[in-house]
Amino acid sequence: MGDCEDAVRRLYSFLDGELDDARRSDIQHHLDECMPCLEAFDFEAELRQVIAMRCREQVPEGLRERIAQALQQGFPSVGAPELPSFEL
Amino acid sequence: MEFMPSLYTAALRMTRNPADAEDLVQETYLKAYRGFAGFQQGTNLKAWLYRILTNTFINSYRAKKRRPEQTEMDDVEDLYLYRRLGGLEAAAAGRSAEEEVLDHITDDDVKAALESLPEQFRLAVLLADVEGFSYKEIAEIVDVPIGTVMSRLHRGRRALQRALFEFGMEHGLVGER
Repeated sequence: MGDCEDAVRRLYSFLDGELDDARRSDIQHHLDECMPCLEAFDFEAELRQVIAMRCREQVPEGLRERIAQALQQGFPSVGAPELPSFEL
Repeated sequence: MEFMPSLYTAALRMTRNPADAEDLVQETYLKAYRGFAGFQQGTNLKAWLYRILTNTFINSYRAKKRRPEQTEMDDVEDLYLYRRLGGLEAAAAGRSAEEEVLDHITDDDVKAALESLPEQFRLAVLLADVEGFSYKEIAEIVDVPIGTVMSRLHRGRRALQRALFEFGMEHGLVGER
């Protein structure tokens, strides 16, 4: 079970793409052979997608305009080339 | 203003309050435009904006709070949610019951679970799992070493799973096993 422990310990670094090639391929080999770990990794990967998808917000009505106005007031030299020249 | 939806999403999870989130995004844009000369062309614009957002949040919004921010958190075991859902014992072929549960997790569950995390863990999870920043980018945004990012992120994710499980229990999404 040593391999399983090692795989679970490095699960997040693996899913985050933050492991070096050697460690990554060790875990990949383990997952090819170990169904329980593969299932657990798949679950974690899917859970992460759910989290990313399930907490998006709509920008409130009027916020864009309020910010555009604040930007104009914050820059007395309205019409100067620097303000409209970049989009953040 | 292509980054506004994701900046606003992050601001709302940070402040947990729509009015404060709007102010935080506005202040971030003002600072970004004023400081644009300090941005190095060719580097990551999104990460730079998030650094401004995070600093502004830490310096002005957090300071308004009466209570000191909670930084302690119980350790939660690996694979918390998966184990609770019976996964490791019952790894059956095909799409499992555990994965079915994921389909029923609501926006409110995820938002509430994220907002229940202490701030430093919430920030790490938000930046990695919602915004997709790398460990190195998060380290630069939050201004802590990469090792600290990893530890906050891994602990934060496990705590998030426990919170999700508890919110799921509350409305019958998952039952006792």
